[in-house]
Amino acid sequence: MDNKVAVYRKEHFNAAHRLHNPALSDVENAELFGKCNYANYHGHNYELIVKVIGEVNPKTGYVIDLKVLGDLIKELVIEKFDHKNLNLDTVEFKNLNPTAENIAIVIYNMLRPKIDKKYELKIVLYETERNYVEYPA
Amino acid sequence: MVYLTRHEHFNAAHKLYNPNWSEEKNTEVFGKCANANWHGHNYELMVTIKGKVNAETGFLMDAKALSVILQQHVCEKLDHRNLNLDVDFMKGVLASTENLAMAIWKQIIPHLPKGVDLHCVKLYETPRICVEYYGE
Repeated sequence: MDNKVAVYRKEHFNAAHRLHNPALSDVENAELFGKCNYANYHGHNYELIVKVIGEVNPKTGYVIDLKVLGDLIKELVIEKFDHKNLNLDTVEFKNLNPTAENIAIVIYNMLRPKIDKKYELKIVLYETERNYVEYPA
Repeated sequence: MVYLTRHEHFNAAHKLYNPNWSEEKNTEVFGKCANANWHGHNYELMVTIKGKVNAETGFLMDAKALSVILQQHVCEKLDHRNLNLDVDFMKGVLASTENLAMAIWKQIIPHLPKGVDLHCVKLYETPRICVEYYGE
């Protein structure tokens, strides 16, 4: 039996966004994205769950220090996205539609280089209580 | 007297900004909530009405009928909108949760049937921040 455990850290950020594909016409965008395409943006309380899987360290009893993980998420993700307009205020979504799917992939790519390769990493992102995504699938 | 609560939700963008103040003063008072390009929330709305139970229906008010009023006069006007720019009943009002709850109260009142009183508008801006307004 291996000694692998999954640990989770929850963080949150509030942001405005709109779904819009600049390659399509306004009519096509409205048809495709409905009210998510409204011109003046809307917003969400995003709930972020970062899952780390690894072996329990016999010295600490930890997989990873969750305070350290929390600080890393705050520094790399929350500071950039919290109380921002994802379309206008972030470089990550200048040319990328800020769907929950894309936000999860972006967050994964922000965190992956900073977390030791020995750990598996998974991102779960709630856009609303009823809509959430997971990456990698 | 019985109380009935209906729960609805909407997602919207806003910023806290007093147009009579400088940028600096707005940032000083409202912090990151004054971010020029808006931010947003999943708002959760709980509306409580009160009155006597109708002996024939067993209802204070048909909860579905209350939902239709809330959808038509509140949520459809707010959902996926910008509270500062898009909402007729928030024009000229600072888009704080307190002000929004009071404005929602005014939106509902004219549409309630006789004998049904509005008791409370409870509005969650985040799971950790909510305001209650009792019309006082």
